[in-house]
Amino acid sequence: MTAPARPILTAEMVARIEALAPRYPNRRALTLPALHIVNAELRHVPLGAVVEIAALLNLAPAEVQDTLSFYEFFHQDQPHGKVRAFVCRSISCALRGGDELLQRVCSSYGIRPYGTTPDGELTIEPAECLGACDFAPCILANDDLLENMTPETAVAELSKPRARAT
Amino acid sequence: MELNEPVLLEAVGVPDGHTLASYRARGGYAPLEQTLAGKQPGDVVEMVKASGLRGRGGAGFPTGLKWTFLPKDHPGPIYLCINADESEPGTFNNRILMEDDPHQVIEGIILSSYATRASTAYIYLRYEYPRSWHRLQGAIDEASAAGYLGRNIRGTGFSLDIHLHRGAAAYICGEETGLIESLEGKRAWPRIKPPFPAIEGLFRKPTVVNNIETMACVAQIARRGVDWFRSIGVPSDPANPRDPGSYGPKLYCLSGHVERPGCYEAALGITARQLIDQYGGGVWKGRRAKAVIPGGISMGLMTESELDTPLDFAGPGKVGCLGLGTAAVVVIDETVSIVDFLHNSCRFFAHESCGQCTPCREGTSWSLRIMERIRAGQGRLVDLDLLLEMGNTMGMMPGSTICGLADGAAWPMKNAIRKFRGEFEDYIRRTNPTGWMVTDPVPALAIVGAH
Repeated sequence: MTAPARPILTAEMVARIEALAPRYPNRRALTLPALHIVNAELRHVPLGAVVEIAALLNLAPAEVQDTLSFYEFFHQDQPHGKVRAFVCRSISCALRGGDELLQRVCSSYGIRPYGTTPDGELTIEPAECLGACDFAPCILANDDLLENMTPETAVAELSKPRARAT
Repeated sequence: MELNEPVLLEAVGVPDGHTLASYRARGGYAPLEQTLAGKQPGDVVEMVKASGLRGRGGAGFPTGLKWTFLPKDHPGPIYLCINADESEPGTFNNRILMEDDPHQVIEGIILSSYATRASTAYIYLRYEYPRSWHRLQGAIDEASAAGYLGRNIRGTGFSLDIHLHRGAAAYICGEETGLIESLEGKRAWPRIKPPFPAIEGLFRKPTVVNNIETMACVAQIARRGVDWFRSIGVPSDPANPRDPGSYGPKLYCLSGHVERPGCYEAALGITARQLIDQYGGGVWKGRRAKAVIPGGISMGLMTESELDTPLDFAGPGKVGCLGLGTAAVVVIDETVSIVDFLHNSCRFFAHESCGQCTPCREGTSWSLRIMERIRAGQGRLVDLDLLLEMGNTMGMMPGSTICGLADGAAWPMKNAIRKFRGEFEDYIRRTNPTGWMVTDPVPALAIVGAH
């Protein structure tokens, strides 16, 4: 397979992936770390990046794509917003209004669950248990856990600028 | 039998409790120094076996016994995988440990690696815990700088690296062989056992998979001793030679409809009612509990009249629940519809089934569709029997699936319908007055869509 004229993976991304290689006895184990490194930069992992990751790890592109598509985590066709907000809908949050929180926050921004605002700032996704049931209902926005949310406090929080996810 | 003060949670609320200096000031890493100076790996295995420690991740398998399944005199490498993919709904005890006392976890990992002769340990951490990620990496860096990790630790010839490996939001990665497949870079499809990971695990090498809280317990057993650990909890039943007992402190996660949700440390064997009343400030808003999840949603439901059940490894099973699970106690008050509860449970498992085994993939998916139809006022009484039939036939126990995810999906279905059948029937009759008695096949594709 020939490399695309304008590679998607930067030299910095490749260096970060290679820096992890000594941790594992084979290169396939770098698949998930590589997907995370690319996703953290591009906010999605386009198919072209999958092909490049596969070449880097001596895998077939289908092997990397198989892993990527198993996890619903990695967007492929479009980047998610600069802020990616996971709204918990599992039982502890649901008992304290998690489903209503998701609906109300989505309608405040005029988007559906999994949607992104037209300005590309915010993506809202339902999530299964975020492991913060002591603060239900909760939202994970990039690296920040938003605790004991109401629709009003959630909209106020999600409209703030926020550091990128690490 | 009792626990006088928090041990696993001793760092909670301590300023800078997550740092190496704070952990050392509390006595941390001294047990590791003593172990490396004077004990053999087999001594650590014997200590953990003697303590009666059972794995805290959900299955409750005796930890020391699990370690002894590793092949003797194996040339290596042997791997230790730490399961920090905490994803069972209602569960957050590992998050508290990793955020507030990461060195307790790291010391437990080093001791366990020494015991199992592992030279590489991977912590498989769920993506949704960024704070745990940074705290653990900070602790690994501090421990490395202090000489507790790396080559030839303390001149013993024992070497260890700990690596963090981040998941990507999939519940199935908490199943130990799913975790291994995911770590290898593949889809997280659980493996058929045997071979068990101790014989053929990560990268086809002998592997132990242990939970974060289990590691914290190992550190505390090394510090406080086997007798201390066995003085807490519920002794094994003398009438049952196969009962390994329920020893030690346990982190109980309390959430849902309680006044004070939180992670509380108590001796194994506290009852759900004691936990709710003495730690959680009671059911919120002065209401009564309708049902309580004893240990994560996959364990099923206890009714209000079953709340005096001890939450030890043997307790929840005596009232028809799957087990103690993660000891995540979720309180559901009397205003909640049992239909809404079961819909939420079915939605979770339909989303998280990995799709490998047909009974689970189809069973979780169709149970959700049936629950959506019931909720939409198109339920029939025969749906309850159909849900029970699916619940009885999908899972490892009936023998139709590779891993226990489907058993966990089935248990809330079976418990909810068996313990609250009257409420389901009333709901179906009330919301579908003209069709509740129909037994013809449902034109389901037209009603709910399919994919």
